[in-house]
Amino acid sequence: MEPIEYEQTAEENRACGETFLGYVRSDGSVGTRNYVGILSTVVCANEVAEEIARRVSGTVRFTHHQGCCQTPVDIRRVTEVLANLGKNPNLSSVLLVSLGCESTDVDAVEQQIRASGKRVERVTIQEQGGAAKTTAQGILLAQEMVREASRQKRSPAPVSRLIMGMKCGSSDTTSGLVPNPAIGEVSDWLVSKGGTSILGEVTEFIGAEHIVASHAADEELGGKILELVRRMEQRAMSVGEDIRGGQPTGGNIKGGLTTIEEKSLGAIAKAGSAKIQEVREYGERPQGCGLAVMDSPGREPEILTGLASAGSNLIVFATGRGAPQGFPFVPVIKITGSETAMKNMPDHMDLDLTGVMRGEMTLPEAAERIREKLLSVASGELTKAEISGYTNSMDIYMTGPVI
Amino acid sequence: MDALLLNPEDQVATAVRELRAGQIAQISSGETVQELKILENIPYGHKVAVQDILKGMEVRKYGEVIGRASCEIRSGTHAHVQNIESLRGRGDWKKEDPNGTD
Repeated sequence: MEPIEYEQTAEENRACGETFLGYVRSDGSVGTRNYVGILSTVVCANEVAEEIARRVSGTVRFTHHQGCCQTPVDIRRVTEVLANLGKNPNLSSVLLVSLGCESTDVDAVEQQIRASGKRVERVTIQEQGGAAKTTAQGILLAQEMVREASRQKRSPAPVSRLIMGMKCGSSDTTSGLVPNPAIGEVSDWLVSKGGTSILGEVTEFIGAEHIVASHAADEELGGKILELVRRMEQRAMSVGEDIRGGQPTGGNIKGGLTTIEEKSLGAIAKAGSAKIQEVREYGERPQGCGLAVMDSPGREPEILTGLASAGSNLIVFATGRGAPQGFPFVPVIKITGSETAMKNMPDHMDLDLTGVMRGEMTLPEAAERIREKLLSVASGELTKAEISGYTNSMDIYMTGPVI
Repeated sequence: MDALLLNPEDQVATAVRELRAGQIAQISSGETVQELKILENIPYGHKVAVQDILKGMEVRKYGEVIGRASCEIRSGTHAHVQNIESLRGRGDWKKEDPNGTD
């Protein structure tokens, strides 16, 4: 009996390596979570969206500070990002909470999400007769939507359906030595299986852009990467100051990172060795599979939103000093190689890779630990950010002023 | 092993444990280990110069330029913001003077 059992276990293990249990959506995408999303379409509707989500279990809310009194380029971005967030496979259905007079094109947001095959509802504060009535209407709708969502079951899906966002935050010098290169190996693995990984944080290409560009599948893409970096650096420099203190941050400097160049050289290790197949603007969804670069700054609220908007169904997040943030509906796995984070922030860290710094674990072993965690979280294991609810301070990256 | 030298071209190593002034640290560069006299305390994860670096010289880690020495950095001392400056994102430098030489 025993040899047979052993073989079955090995077979199961092999199968586990190639599949995860997810929620298959009508557009073919696969969610790792199954929430009803309460999306605020403008800063002025945040209070109502928050209250609805607070009162209905099974919902999550996305609130932000945009959607009105902005230049058209930013308004278009808010519209596009909200539509893409609504289409994220981790949402079963979407309730839009609108004020009524915002610049966001709420009709377009609603139509685009509906076109992906999801139920979309909308409540409008100025039409419903104020916040209290809108909250009540939203709660009743959301209750019904959660009931529908709860009937969906997880089923096996190939790992090629994983879209892995990559991020490092509150970095120290261990980030570039342990979690970032280990994530790079996992990204290479996922890409080899037909999956997608997304590299953002263009600010953290500065000083290392020649290396990122050399990963591009062709010269044109390499040129696009260099242009994204030039644009980001020009923007930072236009205020007439040294960016140090802003990048690297005060916390990075405490962690031993001296310059943006040093931070970047560590950050880009997340790219692994795969070829970059696409270069996208902020929040845009990659059209194919493989490794994609997406324009974004490094700050958590904006990049996590950008990665979710790009369709990420999970996010791996390397940290050195211990960043606590998750995202409302995309699990964010916190990975550290730093004693600092494990000592000071243990209740926020999902994966301890400090053994690599002590010489007790190799980088390939660290990558294997990440891969196992990735598949487990994709199949339903909760991250610490999800359990603690440390997920709500989000925003959308804007390029122009509030006017 | 007390610190990692990531590339043979690097002038700075990363401390994988806190280093104390006066100690002889083992600096590992993969296969080989060299000894280095530490002249001042180096916090966990921070960098120590493994050779004298003259003011104005480019400083390398990962075999790549991470900035340049804003003053002389002696071997065994803490290499960080007090003696290395960034060459990028320097909005404080005048446009006509991209090298920042006054």
